[in-house]
Amino acid sequence: MLGSGLLQGLKVTAKNLVGSFHDPERLTTLEYPEQKAKLPENYRNFPFLVSENATDPMGTLRCVGCQICEKECPPQCIYIEKSKDKKPDATGKMQVYPVVFDIDTSVCMSCQICVEVCPFEAIKMDQVFEIATKDRFTALLLDRNQLAKPNSYYHEIHPTEAAEVDARLLAERKAAEEKAKAAATPKPAVAPTPSPTATAPKPPEAPAAGGTPAP
Amino acid sequence: MMETLEQVRDRLLARFPGGEVTLIANPGPAAQHSLALGLNQAAAMALFLRDDPDLRLDYCSNVTGVDWPEKEIVESTKVTVPDPAGGPAKVVEQKTKRIQPGYLEVVYHLYSMALKHGPVIVRLRTGNRHDQVTVPSFTPVWRSCEFQEREVFDLFGVKFSDHPDLRRILMWDEFTAHPMRKDYVEPDDYEWEPTPHGTVLEKAKAHYPATAVAAPTAAVGAAHHTPAAAAVTTAAPVVRSDTGLETRATPAPKEGTP
Amino acid sequence: MSGVEPMFPSPSSGAHVNAVHDPFHGDLLEVSMGPHHPSTHGVFRMMVTLDGETIVKLKPVFGYLHRNHEKLGENTSYLGSMPYTDRLDYLNSMTNNWAYALAVEKLAGQPVPERAEYLRVILAELTRLLNHVCLAGFLLQDTGASGTPLMYAFREREKILDLFESLSGSRMMCNYQRFGGCRVDASPEWLAGAQTITNNFGRFLDEYEELITGNEIMMARTQGVGALTPELAISAGITGPMLRATGVNYDLRKVDAYGVYSRFDFRVPLGDHGDTYDRYMIRILEMRESIKILQQALPALPAGPIMDPKAKIRGFRPKAGEAYGRIEGPKGEIGFYLISDGSPNPYRYRVRPPSLVNLTVLEDMCLGQTIADAVIILGSVDIVLGEVDR
Repeated sequence: MLGSGLLQGLKVTAKNLVGSFHDPERLTTLEYPEQKAKLPENYRNFPFLVSENATDPMGTLRCVGCQICEKECPPQCIYIEKSKDKKPDATGKMQVYPVVFDIDTSVCMSCQICVEVCPFEAIKMDQVFEIATKDRFTALLLDRNQLAKPNSYYHEIHPTEAAEVDARLLAERKAAEEKAKAAATPKPAVAPTPSPTATAPKPPEAPAAGGTPAP
Repeated sequence: MMETLEQVRDRLLARFPGGEVTLIANPGPAAQHSLALGLNQAAAMALFLRDDPDLRLDYCSNVTGVDWPEKEIVESTKVTVPDPAGGPAKVVEQKTKRIQPGYLEVVYHLYSMALKHGPVIVRLRTGNRHDQVTVPSFTPVWRSCEFQEREVFDLFGVKFSDHPDLRRILMWDEFTAHPMRKDYVEPDDYEWEPTPHGTVLEKAKAHYPATAVAAPTAAVGAAHHTPAAAAVTTAAPVVRSDTGLETRATPAPKEGTP
Repeated sequence: MSGVEPMFPSPSSGAHVNAVHDPFHGDLLEVSMGPHHPSTHGVFRMMVTLDGETIVKLKPVFGYLHRNHEKLGENTSYLGSMPYTDRLDYLNSMTNNWAYALAVEKLAGQPVPERAEYLRVILAELTRLLNHVCLAGFLLQDTGASGTPLMYAFREREKILDLFESLSGSRMMCNYQRFGGCRVDASPEWLAGAQTITNNFGRFLDEYEELITGNEIMMARTQGVGALTPELAISAGITGPMLRATGVNYDLRKVDAYGVYSRFDFRVPLGDHGDTYDRYMIRILEMRESIKILQQALPALPAGPIMDPKAKIRGFRPKAGEAYGRIEGPKGEIGFYLISDGSPNPYRYRVRPPSLVNLTVLEDMCLGQTIADAVIILGSVDIVLGEVDR
């Protein structure tokens, strides 16, 4: 019968209309600014720099300014200047650090390649997305102070991944320590006071506190 | 099963006496070898490839260009030079430089939908990169070449004789260069950005020479300037920084430590 | 010069159509449709010459979204091009990733572990669902069924995008495949979610077909409109659902059997008439086959690594050589042609865009039709301008 297809279609729309009042399968929208969808754990937006300690973010950055991410970044949005001197990182090891670390988020495409290539687990993907501004240049250019976020924040947004990363870092640190110990034992005469570079003072809880390098 | 590329080449040579067909080996693991066709009989050969009952390459999937600019090749050969004093002959390494001529290449990937085999890769090579750039069009043989050959014409500058509608396709009609060539120079259309580096920094210096110096101490703290603002502040004594352009403040080395 | 008679000459071959001064017809009218026309699915422009309401010439104009993707690919490392492939056909980033990864794997002789192959199949079939459901929505939008069918389609698409987001981190710019595997592993919860969506999708399709397929207006608008012959389709290199709607049995999942597609039991739906209605129906039927593949692949997903242990992320330099890798994307054959000279960047990086090649016959299909039909014919070709213009 002519028109039966039309009537059948109207039946479907009626079903959806009625269903939208009681069936969550048929009402899938949210009133955005008031209601927010839960972000999946893997969700990624612009990168941030992981620091070990929230109170001293600049002193405990994991980044050593190796510039691998700067080279690998496809749209070239990262800009790094590394330091000429060294200072102790969170574990007390003397390290080069980034004097300047900028990410131009107007260029960044959130592809995560910087995270993948970083050998130091120093750069991770953030989850903030409400970052619209009126200024095209300055506000979208994030410097290292804006980029640094503590490890606790990383645990908050990517719990599974962060736990894996922490376990891996701990294992690496232990292995390095044992290696250093093994290297140190055959010649006990050398260095009664451990030099800050070779056998690093262990306690990671007391990171850069008092760790100012000798000038 | 499809016959080998050698057999295809031999059949083409037998069918077209005086034609040129060269087998180009592909050294990589993919081992997709190809046939370079001489330009004078290429269109007839393409028709043969399409209509031959054993090949029936009725589907031309991909058409693309490749630019091979002129390359200087240094070859070293060992030559024995007899000693004029009568001693033992010396072996001398002689280096010869030769210029490998550049050319443009059009690559066609042919498949058969009827017999479900392929690819047979066909290459056409131009005489050089500037005046002998005409190759026969395969659009009369396979319609799928129409837009793709236009693209090769647009981006590489290969001219296709017998193409029904050879116009630029992606660039606008008034554009004169061919952007996919290796020696293409981008137009100088630098737009200011806060963190130029690499090649962009060179452009930035050319466009904003006044800001290509570090900020005077008065400007320290204001991290980034627009070019106009920075130009004003350069009246004070300035220090050239490593990076050249930046007007950013260089932090003290002890920053971040208590 | 060559003396080859074209079997399928280009209809008006760029020549100007002479204006007809005929008291009964009036003058020909040249209309520029686009680039900012809502029916052109992006910044696409058609120069249409009309005799009354009938199209006598139609020339597509490209390049409004051209960013020279291929040059970017030559100036970026192999890995660096992967996120850019997401932006070609931004509906189907997973299949674009796969096509590029496949080409690079061919170029470097890189094996892929089995779990990654299964994951790729699962994600590619989900992408096919997502693309086809979008097309069905947009096609209906083009015929004038504004809103409702499109929103129903988007509701389903959003569920699949949520899956992609929870796996790869981004809804559309997935950047998920790597040379020699995949980037992150799928958790059991994710697989359960994918299974639920697969189970429910058939019911949605039934409802959608009830809404549209038998609709008299839809049939009147699409049947016999924009018919394409199989001979012309083959010659013009048409691939994907548009080719199969003309009755040509050519699906790369069967022909090349790349990945692990040979292990699944599915059929290739074929059309009869090659018209717009067939192109719509083929997509609906393909979605049903995709569900079948997903139902087989999800339970069969083997355990194991997702990356080949020898695969390199940084400092990837394939040996000199070239390779062309292609897969059956939702829109047709998407291929990547790469030439390596042993350096970290490809010497030549070429995308074989199905959307652009499928547009070759747009003029042939539109000639003699009315201007309102041109809109739905273009809609049924299924283009994304990010891929057409690159």
